Amino acid sequence: MSSNPSSDPLAAPRATGGRAPDVFKVGGWVPMRQFDEDEPVDFVVVGTGAGGGPLIAGLAEGGFSVVGMDAGPWFRPLEEFASDETEQNKLYWTDERVVDGANPMVMGGKNSGKAVGGSTVHFAMVSLRFRPEWFKSRTTLGYGADWPLDWREMWDYYGRAERALSISGPISYPWGPKRPRYPYRSHELNGAAELLGRGAEAMGYRWTPTPLATVSAPHGHSHPCVYRGFCRFGCSTNAKQSQLVTFIPRALKAGAEIRDLAMVGRIEVGADGRATGVHYMRDGKWRFQRARNVVVSGYAIETPRLLLASATDRHPDGLANSSGLVGKNLMTQSNQAVFGTMDNEVRWNKGPPSLSITEHWNYDDAKDFHGGYCWMAQGPMPIEWVTIQTGSRGLWGQRLRDEMEKYNHSVGLKMVGEMLPDERNRVTLHDDTDQYGLRVARVTYGWSDNDKALIQHALGQMQTSLEAVGARDVFRQENDTNHLGGTARMGFDRQTSVVDADCRSWDIPNLWVCDGSVFPTVGGVNPHLTITAIAMRTADRIRAMAADGTLNHPRRAA
Amino acid sequence: MTDSPAGRYPGYDVMDKRDTQSWDQVTRDVIDRRLAVPREPRFFTAAEWETLGALCARIMPQPDDRPPIPLPAYVDAKITERHQDGYRYATLPPQGEAWRRGLAALDAEAEEVHATRYHALDPDRQDALIARMQAGELTLPAWDGMPCKTFFEHRVLGDITHAYYAHPVSWNELGFGGPASPRGYVRMQLDRRDPWEAAEAHPGEEDRALRENRHVV
Repeated sequence: MSSNPSSDPLAAPRATGGRAPDVFKVGGWVPMRQFDEDEPVDFVVVGTGAGGGPLIAGLAEGGFSVVGMDAGPWFRPLEEFASDETEQNKLYWTDERVVDGANPMVMGGKNSGKAVGGSTVHFAMVSLRFRPEWFKSRTTLGYGADWPLDWREMWDYYGRAERALSISGPISYPWGPKRPRYPYRSHELNGAAELLGRGAEAMGYRWTPTPLATVSAPHGHSHPCVYRGFCRFGCSTNAKQSQLVTFIPRALKAGAEIRDLAMVGRIEVGADGRATGVHYMRDGKWRFQRARNVVVSGYAIETPRLLLASATDRHPDGLANSSGLVGKNLMTQSNQAVFGTMDNEVRWNKGPPSLSITEHWNYDDAKDFHGGYCWMAQGPMPIEWVTIQTGSRGLWGQRLRDEMEKYNHSVGLKMVGEMLPDERNRVTLHDDTDQYGLRVARVTYGWSDNDKALIQHALGQMQTSLEAVGARDVFRQENDTNHLGGTARMGFDRQTSVVDADCRSWDIPNLWVCDGSVFPTVGGVNPHLTITAIAMRTADRIRAMAADGTLNHPRRAA
Repeated sequence: MTDSPAGRYPGYDVMDKRDTQSWDQVTRDVIDRRLAVPREPRFFTAAEWETLGALCARIMPQPDDRPPIPLPAYVDAKITERHQDGYRYATLPPQGEAWRRGLAALDAEAEEVHATRYHALDPDRQDALIARMQAGELTLPAWDGMPCKTFFEHRVLGDITHAYYAHPVSWNELGFGGPASPRGYVRMQLDRRDPWEAAEAHPGEEDRALRENRHVV
């Protein structure tokens, strides 16, 4: 972009004056309905990512008045997404957070977006279903916590989410109950993905092209993926089916308003114990939007941060927190990897980074620890690659240069593994404040013995697979984590959970949480499709409750 | 360069693709701005700048047959322009303060052992201090409670190596295709190369690689 400040998406809100950016047309705009701040809207949704996006669209399509707020800017991908790792840091939540604990978590680009569309703007597009048993892992597998959702209903919503996002995937998926074929054909494999397949076959495991949210054939205004490989740094061609180019345009069409650069700092609760709206900063001023319902969709750090920061005399520990569980049971997923060098030219940066997968150890329970994991092919860009070399091997100087120059011959396998809920892993408020004057999140994390056992098992398996295809100089990346979950878990009662199956808080009937924080467990697959499916279900449930009169007055045991 | 004076990808220059379908305007503007980074410190003092320069030269040594990538300038720019990581270890202060304290402590450590500042040490002694920092063995009061190992891993290694591999010259050394929008790639399989990717100089084929790399557009 030019340096003209009016064209800087971070300098001033774009969605104003009855219009919003048209992400499909250079310099284009689409009309957008706008709502009065003093007139309560039916719903204000805080966050527009994997949870907020589908919920805003679903509620607007159901006839509700909806305002979505996002702290991040409204990017124009075709004009503003450079093919460059460093520049695209602008997609991430890089505001200060303090990390501590035995295994401090890496945040930023690993798991936190700050943009209209949230983390789906930079996510790796991996779109997997949970194993059905994970929705009842306590009962069926003996660990973690049960979800108040039925897997058969989720199976249906997964199908709807896959159609809404035009997921590209195989005709038949090797694991789990039957599912329909994916809406779009799977992508061509790159060299790194082919090597995963060879390694899996050598071990007797099934593997498959990964179901991905990037189109393999034209869809609407999206052209097929051109395999540029910068997926985790924003898709500049709109092949990636992020919320920014799917549910957000749908939401606008259905009459929702989305406010960009709108940082919500506090939820207001009235004397009657119901939420009345949100205080938010936009254009340098604190403002207030009145609402009949407030939904928090800020993901597992910002969601509890906002609930905790909204404490009042009546809710001294934060909103929706009579269970004491807001901010607790934070989970990430283990994201360790094994890398090596091939004689072949692999050139792993071409195409989406995770083109093939094996979920073998998500479905095989013959192991001496709880939880599952998958692994996928890898294609890190140079800065990611040097981070792995320095972080895992401590290399610097000439040795680092020499190792880096093997880039085009490198190959790797990376896991997404289930970490178990633990109340000691949590989000609290730190005394430091950010640019809005709000207390920053303190994120405390440590791995359990079970987490460590799972990681070691996976590292051994991935190493065997790489060595089976002839990789040399194999090394392990022992210290990496990614996706988040768990800090406002859903459950069966107000003592052991923050929200119910419909994502409604137990304590405040018109306060909802809809994002990855509601996960009681995270499973061994990337969470995006499950968050999307839950959000689509929540929109349907709210519409049904409005129809039967239980939206404002939930039927619940005392 | 370790393989040969011409490197693994002789004659390859990712900047040759600047005006092709692999680069769009936003990427050209971003790289132009990066190459125009101010070469003088805006955050660091003159003394800190000397120490940082010496440290960068040991963490990422550069060949002398080309102008060096100005690594200290990028470290300074990251702090000056407030590009944060999105998380901060509880034991580290904010990035500017961490750098300031760490560089002063390195000088103090050099003074303690060799009675001279860090940048004046010979390279072997500079490396030895880096190795002790990496091992967590530096504990003079100048660190003021900041663990030298955490500083090394999350500021020194991170900020310096990320700056290096953000620069197009480093992409030439990797044979990395660099910017790729809107053209992307077509030949995805093992051992296949699009004509707009770097050709590797396999033994005995250096001349062919050089010839092909002059036509990588």
